[in-house]
Amino acid sequence: MSGPPVMALDSVTKRFGTVTAVDSVSLELKEGEFFALLGPSGCGKTTLLRILAGFEAPDTGRVMLDGAEITRLRANRRPVNLMFQSYALFPHMTVSGNIAYGLEMERLPRSEIDRRTAEIMDLAELTELAGRRPDQLSGGQRQRVALARALVKRPRVLLLDEPLAALDKKLREQMQIELKRLQHDLGLTFVVVTHDQEEALVMADRLALMEAGRVVQTGGPRDLYENPASRFVAGFIGVTNFFEGTTADGGLATEAHGLLRADATATPGKAATIAVRPERITLAAAATEGLNGARGLIAAVAYHGNDLNIHVAVPGTPRAVVARVDATSEIADRFQPGQTVCCTWRPEHGRLLTE
Amino acid sequence: MPDLSRWLNAHLWLVYVFLYAPILVLMGLSFNRAGMPTAWTGFSTAWYGKLIESPEITSAAFNTLIVASVSTVIATMLGTALALGVSRRRPSSALEALLFAPMIIPDIVLAIALLSFYTLLGFTLGLHSIILSHVVFNIAFVCAIVRTRLRHFDYSVVEASVDLGASEFTTFLRVTLPMIWPGVLAGALLAFTLSVDEFIIAYFTAGPGSSSTTLPMRIYAMIRFGVTPEINAMATIVMLFSFTLVLVSQRINKGTVTRS
Repeated sequence: MSGPPVMALDSVTKRFGTVTAVDSVSLELKEGEFFALLGPSGCGKTTLLRILAGFEAPDTGRVMLDGAEITRLRANRRPVNLMFQSYALFPHMTVSGNIAYGLEMERLPRSEIDRRTAEIMDLAELTELAGRRPDQLSGGQRQRVALARALVKRPRVLLLDEPLAALDKKLREQMQIELKRLQHDLGLTFVVVTHDQEEALVMADRLALMEAGRVVQTGGPRDLYENPASRFVAGFIGVTNFFEGTTADGGLATEAHGLLRADATATPGKAATIAVRPERITLAAAATEGLNGARGLIAAVAYHGNDLNIHVAVPGTPRAVVARVDATSEIADRFQPGQTVCCTWRPEHGRLLTE
Repeated sequence: MPDLSRWLNAHLWLVYVFLYAPILVLMGLSFNRAGMPTAWTGFSTAWYGKLIESPEITSAAFNTLIVASVSTVIATMLGTALALGVSRRRPSSALEALLFAPMIIPDIVLAIALLSFYTLLGFTLGLHSIILSHVVFNIAFVCAIVRTRLRHFDYSVVEASVDLGASEFTTFLRVTLPMIWPGVLAGALLAFTLSVDEFIIAYFTAGPGSSSTTLPMRIYAMIRFGVTPEINAMATIVMLFSFTLVLVSQRINKGTVTRS
């Protein structure tokens, strides 16, 4: 996806007292993309969203919309809408009243307000609930009203603050797909804030992972998963096994397993880690030629339906190494707790991280 | 334990009798044909008629209505604004105490303080000074009642309104005010009730002559010549009026708490 950015942040910084909530962040949102701001709580992602919405003004840096600076433009003048985490529906208005509110603020003719409200209620399957008040709706229905209320304004960018956090797991997974489909059908730019890496991976075309006010990596889901730039990224997105050591010629020198080879090269003698995804690890009796190997004792076997997660206690790693095995494969039954196995992987599947 | 609950029940009724028996006696006597409270000589509404015929009483009642309405309107606006402002600040116990003080300071202290204050400023006394004085303590009551409604107020709805394109003023009119309206109305009704039967502060801050005499002041003046059935009749009216207002205000505030 390319084209000019719809919205952009140019080295934006925001401090609250002595805390730097957002630390010189630059981002570009492309037309029609689903962008996720991901990070642990307190990483500044919500502040960043509020800067995009116009509720917070950055201390330094610029906010751009379609090439024009809008840094100081207030929220009610921005063609950008926010769906609040709490939904923030107006309790004293009906569903249709809530949805029409934003159009009434634009002083559109009544006939157009009615038409567009009816249209979006139809799309969000709310028509039958038009006369209800928010307290007469279920969580999922409220979420749809909040979404419809923001969408009916046809914003240039729709911001969503933890849109699915209040829903139960099953509905959440269904809504992830729904949201993605809706965004694709409408061709709108969505920015979603979430702390749930799985949600971000499922929904987003691109995502930015934040830590302590900074964006540590931006890219597609696959990019961040396969090529994490740092230990933090590797640990935050998906499950990762870490092997600690010092950089050496050809890979990582470890006390327990000797030299673990890796594709990347780094200045020797520095503390580093090799990160390996569970699905890249093959359990074998011994390391074969050309593979890295780390011996350990099976601590637990966890059944996940399709997969088995085999937890192997390996010397030199603080947490058990997790290997994923297809539960339907013939070898699946072979692994029992207490067994000694060797965790093996190809050097190109491990990622040498010095940060 | 049925025994205990029976005793507690009896106690409850005794307390009610203690609270309301004198008032019921007063109401009864207001319908007594005889002028003396010593004997019942038959039912009559004559005293109520006399009340209406007395220009002193009707003008005092009129003054009271003016004081109560004007001070209620001003106190409700200021008190609501105060509640909104305070609820957005970081909580502070000093601020809290200052907000509650006008409600618990003895009326006589507030009365003297206000009188000295007016004298110091060279402020002329009259109905307007009573109104101003009533605004002082009513702000505190309105503020306290509105704040109970704001305790669970989700400010993200205010931001949502702004996000959807509304100005701060439109947001207040269309979102904030409708949501806190029951509290505002309950506060206003309470303020009105308090103002109607307030005596001490009005007595101290009223001007000379009868042009700024309120109903409680008139009753006080009359009672110096003994409790007449007229006073009983007037007290009955004031009582029923206040009671209705309190009931209505409770109804309003309760009815919508459960709805939102």
